[in-house]
Amino acid sequence: MITKTLLLTIALAPLAGAILAGLFGRQIGRAGAHWATILGVALSTALSAYVLKLIAFDGHEAVNMSVYTWFRIGSIQAEVGFLVDALTATMMVVVTSVSLMVHVYTIGYMEEDPGYQRFFGYISLFTFSMLMLVMSNNFMQLFFGWEAVGLVSYLLIGFWFKRPTAIFANLKAFLVNRVGDFGFLLGIGLVLAYLGSLDYATVFAKAPTLVGQTFNPYGTVEWAVPTLICLLLFVGAMGKSAQVPLHVWLPDSMEGPTPISALIHAATMVTAGIFMVARMSPLFELSETALSVILVIGSITALFMGFIGIVQNDIKRVVAYSTLSQLGYMTVALGASAYSAAIFHLMTHAFFKALLFLGAGSVIIAMHHEQDLRKMGGLRKYMPITFATAWVGTLALMGFPGTSGFYSKDAILYAVGSADRAGASFAHASLLIGVAVTAFYSFRMLYLAFHGKERFGHDDRHGHGGHHDHGEHQPHETPWVVTLPLALLAIPSLAIGFFTAGPMLFGNFFDGAIFVADGRAPLAAMAHHFEHGSLSFALHGFLTPPVWLALLGAGLATYIYLFNPSIADRARKAFAPIHHLLERKYGFDEFNQAVFARGSVWLGRAFWRVGDQAVIDGVIVDGSAGTVSRIAFAVRRLQSGFLFHYAFMMILGLIVIVGAFALLQ
Amino acid sequence: MSADWPLLSLLVWLPIAGAVAVLVAGDRNAGAAKWLALLVSLATLALCLPLWSNFDSSTSAMQFVERTPWITSFAVDYHLGIDGFSLPLIVLTCIVTVLVLIAGWEVIEYKPSQYVAAFLALAGLMNGVFAAQDALLFYVFFEGMLIPMFIIIGVWGGPRRVYATMKFFLYTFLGSVFMLLGLIYLYLKGQSFQLADLQTMSLSMSEQTWLFFAFLLAFAVKIPMWPVHTWLPDAHVEAPTGGSMVLAAVMLKIGGYGFLRFSLPIAPDASAEFAWLIIAMSLIAVVYIGFVALAQQDMKKLIAYSSISHMGFVTLGLFIAFALVAKSNSPDTAALGVQGAMVQMISHGFVSAAMFGAVGVLYDRVHSRQIADYGGVVNTMPWFATFMVFFAMANCGLPGTSGFVGEFMVILAAAKHSLGIAALAAVTLILGAAYTLWLVKRVIFGDVANSQVAELSDLNGREWVVLGTLAFFVLFIGLWPAPVVDVMQSSVEALLRHITTSKLMGLPG
Repeated sequence: MITKTLLLTIALAPLAGAILAGLFGRQIGRAGAHWATILGVALSTALSAYVLKLIAFDGHEAVNMSVYTWFRIGSIQAEVGFLVDALTATMMVVVTSVSLMVHVYTIGYMEEDPGYQRFFGYISLFTFSMLMLVMSNNFMQLFFGWEAVGLVSYLLIGFWFKRPTAIFANLKAFLVNRVGDFGFLLGIGLVLAYLGSLDYATVFAKAPTLVGQTFNPYGTVEWAVPTLICLLLFVGAMGKSAQVPLHVWLPDSMEGPTPISALIHAATMVTAGIFMVARMSPLFELSETALSVILVIGSITALFMGFIGIVQNDIKRVVAYSTLSQLGYMTVALGASAYSAAIFHLMTHAFFKALLFLGAGSVIIAMHHEQDLRKMGGLRKYMPITFATAWVGTLALMGFPGTSGFYSKDAILYAVGSADRAGASFAHASLLIGVAVTAFYSFRMLYLAFHGKERFGHDDRHGHGGHHDHGEHQPHETPWVVTLPLALLAIPSLAIGFFTAGPMLFGNFFDGAIFVADGRAPLAAMAHHFEHGSLSFALHGFLTPPVWLALLGAGLATYIYLFNPSIADRARKAFAPIHHLLERKYGFDEFNQAVFARGSVWLGRAFWRVGDQAVIDGVIVDGSAGTVSRIAFAVRRLQSGFLFHYAFMMILGLIVIVGAFALLQ
Repeated sequence: MSADWPLLSLLVWLPIAGAVAVLVAGDRNAGAAKWLALLVSLATLALCLPLWSNFDSSTSAMQFVERTPWITSFAVDYHLGIDGFSLPLIVLTCIVTVLVLIAGWEVIEYKPSQYVAAFLALAGLMNGVFAAQDALLFYVFFEGMLIPMFIIIGVWGGPRRVYATMKFFLYTFLGSVFMLLGLIYLYLKGQSFQLADLQTMSLSMSEQTWLFFAFLLAFAVKIPMWPVHTWLPDAHVEAPTGGSMVLAAVMLKIGGYGFLRFSLPIAPDASAEFAWLIIAMSLIAVVYIGFVALAQQDMKKLIAYSSISHMGFVTLGLFIAFALVAKSNSPDTAALGVQGAMVQMISHGFVSAAMFGAVGVLYDRVHSRQIADYGGVVNTMPWFATFMVFFAMANCGLPGTSGFVGEFMVILAAAKHSLGIAALAAVTLILGAAYTLWLVKRVIFGDVANSQVAELSDLNGREWVVLGTLAFFVLFIGLWPAPVVDVMQSSVEALLRHITTSKLMGLPG
């Protein structure tokens, strides 16, 4: 049975850990902090797995319950409550299990950090917030979780608060997300305005009544209400899931410690937008236009962020751009009505991307916090476990047949290939090119870090003569708390697609949780090839263009970075303008900084100096006050500064005025 | 404690009597005077317990009514009573008063007994404002309240305190004179100063219009609304920490309360007619003032501008209700707007008191309000930084804090009427976060900026009590606003029924 107590325990256990570690960190000590949080999250993970088992295997009904009433005003009600169905249960397991791995990993990664307890407090608080988000049964709580994960992300990006870059990045992340939330909140406002409720069940049941309603912003212009609502909600998703042009915060978020890059900025929080759209599928299915927009935004993100990944030299930034690109893939799936494929890719991506990030973190530990790929190389012999798991992650990311990434990426490609809405062919082409790009940058990273010559150590990299011998600081495999999570994440990265593709994509697993309009069968083309099961589908994959493109990208990377590194330099010079454009990240940051950041401050200063100080104060207030105060100056001599004098004068004045009026009457 | 006690009179006169006692005790034994003041404020706060527990939230009728003739020749009564609008504001006043006394405990060295006496007197007068059911009595409290605040800023204020107090006094006095004229007009017409009578009196459209603008001047200055807001930043900058806390937490709310008690029920048709104007001014407050806040270099000025911007939600919520009732016929959404306005007032009471209190904590140590003089405070004051980030998040309306609740309600209500209005209001999501978190970035985060920051000591027990208490309420309302909402709901519904009944009926032409 899925009871209220069970669900509350799942949500609150990480919160309890967070409070212990965050507020009482000094009392319980370092070990106390990691035990408290790990036990809390482990409990959540086990119970989430149990909930998923009940729903997936035992045919347990979806549950929808209220915990308490937040407020009630007439018919308008805001509740705190849980809706647990297949979609939620999947998300719960993904969130808690990746979180658990990251908790364990953190013991190793943050070992020497003075903010150890605080860090555990934050990541447990994040887990609680994310669970509240995915388990919500209404828009208010969704927004709570949505913003709460944003808060924790803010705190964690700025975890090393002495670094100017970190506290710049966290402010930027919060503000860009707020731009998304601006649209999101208006979308929620329209949902309440047109459907009269914040409760999912009521809203989804009434959603069809929106069809045909129009909104009249001005003049004779008319917008379709479902399109308007969906686009506003999607603006929220663009912020949280970092879609162009609101993607700018995600690469900078790499200023945070690597474990949270894996947990928050790859596996879970950034997928909240994807989850939200899938959850709202009964609304999004009403608007062909909104879905087309989603399709195009997603494909632009998938392709153009992938290009940037090719030129990055910071190991975390490569993975970050890869995350952006993969989020684009998920978004395209949503736009193609293939919500289940989006969630499926979300799940596989959570595992293999967390794996890649944690692997990158493991390399960073081994390199003594060096993140530049150009100073790595040949690490495979020093850290075999990290090396092996990095290969697994890379294969999954490129979509090598049989790995989890293969099934999920292929599902998206099939769906968008067979979609016929506006923008679908552009999206399909972008994603296909994106497959080659993905394979290229993934293997580039793999080779630069683990293969080839060692580019660290004896060369004088500080430029002022090493005062200690780097030979003594050879890279070494990281401790078991780091490698164990890598190994545990490698398993689902390889295998989870093989076992779950069938039921999640073609079965009735998501029935009732995800809604696809009648007559739309986004995965029918894939189903045709899948009917003989996962294995034959994987073998069939070798005959299809996506796999060839992936192999092409990987092959090219192999040729260049393994055998002929000089090509990379020559290509960089030959395509200097393009390289420059990619290094500048298309100039989004410069534009935002110049226009929005500086522009706002300039505008604020202008309003203040001109509006408040020159006009209101200068002309009106001080002008009239000048007259008054000249009179007051004379009167002031009568005043002594004693309280009762003032009171007396006041009452006297009052009586005079009242009396005057009474007489006039 | 029995409900037969004259609770409201006690809430008004106990602190005032306390103030007198403290003044008599004088500075000879400042310690005793401060303890006496604290005890009186705690006793006043304790009176709120029977008030809250005996309050019947199922009715909108006035409760705990006390009424005796006062100035019989003008039919002025000493008439107190509270409904769902008054109750939370009185509780807020009592809580903030206790905290303000604690916040100034060791900080005020110049004439400490007069300092605490001023705050006690202020508390009594503010309680009087919220409980008065006679318009003239209200006016007396309303004006009387200016005196202690005038003294607090003028005596314990900063270097430009004379300019600030004059501006504060003239602005607010000018506004309230027009209100008095309006009240006198009403008295001459109806021979009564009773609020209940004024609210039911039939008035022609032109009468209502004159009255509406007379009240508007008084309350727009008080709350304050753009463009009559410029006294507030100056007053805050010069006021001592305690003065700023009370000013932001309670005194601004009297403007919003005035709209609820006077403008809306006495001139409902004019309020409906000019709702567009108030809505426009509210949106300017949210957007324009939000930008102005972004440009501030002085922490208190920044928070003052942020207060004005937040008060925009109060007026927006109140007047969007008219639009909703008139055009969309959705009383529930209108109630959402009014509730949002009220919750925003209560929440802002706690959040702004906390923000000013936090700045005071820094000011006591460094004696500067300039953002540029700080940086990296988290390194030396980690607990303070924790509180500061928490209150900053409440200030930018993060769900889970009280700051979210009111804004959420008002934006949702506005979206029902007009997406454009909702969108302009929702700009606060971005601007509010920008100016608040940029402040946090420059003051709290970063490496230790200078030697003064390097020597800062973290919160002491006294400061812990103040910020901790405020944090508790901010979190409580944020996680569970229902108790506050429920207490007001009957009064909100009654107000909406009242304002939707035109006063023009039965009038000739």
